[in-house]
Amino acid sequence: MSVENWTCPMPLRDHPAIVMGHGGGGQLSAELIEHLFVPAFGDGQLTELADAAVLDPGGPISFSTDTFTVHPRFFPGGDIGELAVNGTVNDVAMRGAVPRYLSVGFILEEGLPMAELGVIVESMARAARHAGVTIVTGDTKVVDRGHGDGIYINTTGIGIMRADADIRPQRAQPDDAIIVSGTMGDHGMAIMSVREGLEFESSIASDSAALNHMINDVLDTGADVHVLRDPTRGGLAASLNEIAVAADVGVLIDERSIPVDRTVAAACEMLGMDPMYVANEGKVVAFVPADDADLVLKAMRSHPEGANAAIIGEVTDTHRGMVAARTPLGATRVVDMQVGEQLPRIC
Amino acid sequence: MKYLDEFRDPDLALQLIDEIAAITTRHHVLMEVCGGQTHSIIRNGIDRLLPDDIEMVHGPGCPVCVTPLETIDKALEIASRDGVIFCSFGDMLRVPGSGRDLFSVKSAGGDVRIVYSPLDAVQIAKDNPDREVVFFGIGFETTAPANAMAVYQAEQEGLTNFSMLVSHVLVPPAMRAILDSPTNRVEAFLAAGHVCSVMGFEEYLPIVEEYGTPIVVTGFEPIDLLRGIKAAVLQLEEGRAEVENAYERAVTREGNLPAQQMIDDVFGTIDRNWRGIGAIPQSGWALSERFQTFDAAERFTVTGIDTVESPLCRAGEVLRGTLKPDQCPAFGKECTPRTPLGATMVSAEGACAAYYLYGRFREMEAKP
Repeated sequence: MSVENWTCPMPLRDHPAIVMGHGGGGQLSAELIEHLFVPAFGDGQLTELADAAVLDPGGPISFSTDTFTVHPRFFPGGDIGELAVNGTVNDVAMRGAVPRYLSVGFILEEGLPMAELGVIVESMARAARHAGVTIVTGDTKVVDRGHGDGIYINTTGIGIMRADADIRPQRAQPDDAIIVSGTMGDHGMAIMSVREGLEFESSIASDSAALNHMINDVLDTGADVHVLRDPTRGGLAASLNEIAVAADVGVLIDERSIPVDRTVAAACEMLGMDPMYVANEGKVVAFVPADDADLVLKAMRSHPEGANAAIIGEVTDTHRGMVAARTPLGATRVVDMQVGEQLPRIC
Repeated sequence: MKYLDEFRDPDLALQLIDEIAAITTRHHVLMEVCGGQTHSIIRNGIDRLLPDDIEMVHGPGCPVCVTPLETIDKALEIASRDGVIFCSFGDMLRVPGSGRDLFSVKSAGGDVRIVYSPLDAVQIAKDNPDREVVFFGIGFETTAPANAMAVYQAEQEGLTNFSMLVSHVLVPPAMRAILDSPTNRVEAFLAAGHVCSVMGFEEYLPIVEEYGTPIVVTGFEPIDLLRGIKAAVLQLEEGRAEVENAYERAVTREGNLPAQQMIDDVFGTIDRNWRGIGAIPQSGWALSERFQTFDAAERFTVTGIDTVESPLCRAGEVLRGTLKPDQCPAFGKECTPRTPLGATMVSAEGACAAYYLYGRFREMEAKP
């Protein structure tokens, strides 16, 4: 659904853009909920319009929150809405839980076109249905024009823990195989390709995707998965460094085995960036016992979002707390965390 | 990736390293001029795979590293002003001026934008007629054609709200300055391939003749670098000194003539201060008289600049090739990418950054 083709529900047509009143708690707020949020999200408790949802998860839960700000709001391969759903679904799933419920908080900037909000909301609803989660509660605030970047979305997710899962960074141990579920850097470069001042023509699309079904299948294989992490901001390099420190182990990866899409690699070359540091929104890095690696790979590859899964390295008991990479020429180098964001080079 | 993979072929690289080892009979000091080459050498570990007798020292070819502190402070001041949109290559934003960088100006409310091409800054000027748009036009010969084109285009379109803070520097005068230095150890240069793709390599002939120093035009991928190194070593071993082109796929003898024409039209040669190195005569480009009105240094009066360079930073020696980054007492201690004392620690082309990012495994291996 594109912004141009979105059909505004009748009662909302008086306002082609968000006004302060949409967050004021009065009639305009009510109309927004009744005609936009409830029809899109309303297959659960949201329709009751109560102050809070009542849940009965029936066991230990995994619980995570994330706030989404992205510019531009619509980018090749996705938009801020599906990102906000997939991002939290993935965080919850990284502990080995089955994501079930989401809350959604919007901060809207006065003047945001209603059609954009409409498309974002429908995109969130679609992503939630695909991931099998229900949006059970929400909130909307409006800030003065100039005090926000159109729309910020917070989502909080709850998942039911699988009884067989004990997945956390501290469990990484020497001889674990390190697997990534696909190509690195797609999301960050997709955003970069449409960012003002840096636009370049490309076919790169964000990898934004919910990974919970794939992870469920991985765990169903019976593999003793030690660590799962979605390498979002800071990319693969940040995730590996965090795990190396948390578990006090060394991480050794083989640069050549890291899957990178050709176009992403070319764009990174052009801008002087390293795909290892570029954000992903639909990938997971897994630490599993070497004996389970093939099982995990096979389960990942049976899903479209894991089609390019590959073993990229191993855990060592040397250089603890650090990540090292074997270069194609056979030398070894340190893979550090970035200090700030990666910046395009000069020439 | 087609057209890159073949220049990263590990088997071919190891073969070239063997060939270099076979022709090396004594110690040689080679300088790669460009910071992009430095990063490629360190990142790929080429310096460690070469025979011990081949010593690579890293040159001054990092544009943000040699941009004078005074110019950076000027940029920071202009970028802080109301009504100004300050556009820059991304690499410049983290470079420390006297106490702050463009990122801190941005966070304090300055409108600082990263662009990939100076022509994007011209577009921003067109889109914002009520704002002054300033582009930070720095770099070696490589970025000059696009910077010149931006000024030219702004003139053609009659833009009165676009200007450029120019700090262009040139490779040949820097090579001479290095060779003239009493502490110089460099015996041969790997010239910067990108610079030569614009300028060709005829301008290096007089240097080779005068100093008897081999100059090999060299690219950036491992195979490119190793071919350049091999050609330079061979010249030294055979007692020859010539200009040689080991980056044939991108560089011709005469270079890119239309680009040179554009540079000639827009820029004129001047004396220039290099950060950490000092004044080098006739080593820079500034806007020519015809384009003076686009000179941000003229348009914005900036006074009261009091430059303060860290007393611990020895970037100048690193840029001249007389000090290795990890020989600097502040390296990895007071000076890291998080707390850079000099530009060489932050730039994607800075030698200190390359050593810090990629080089520390050496220490790690030494004490496991």
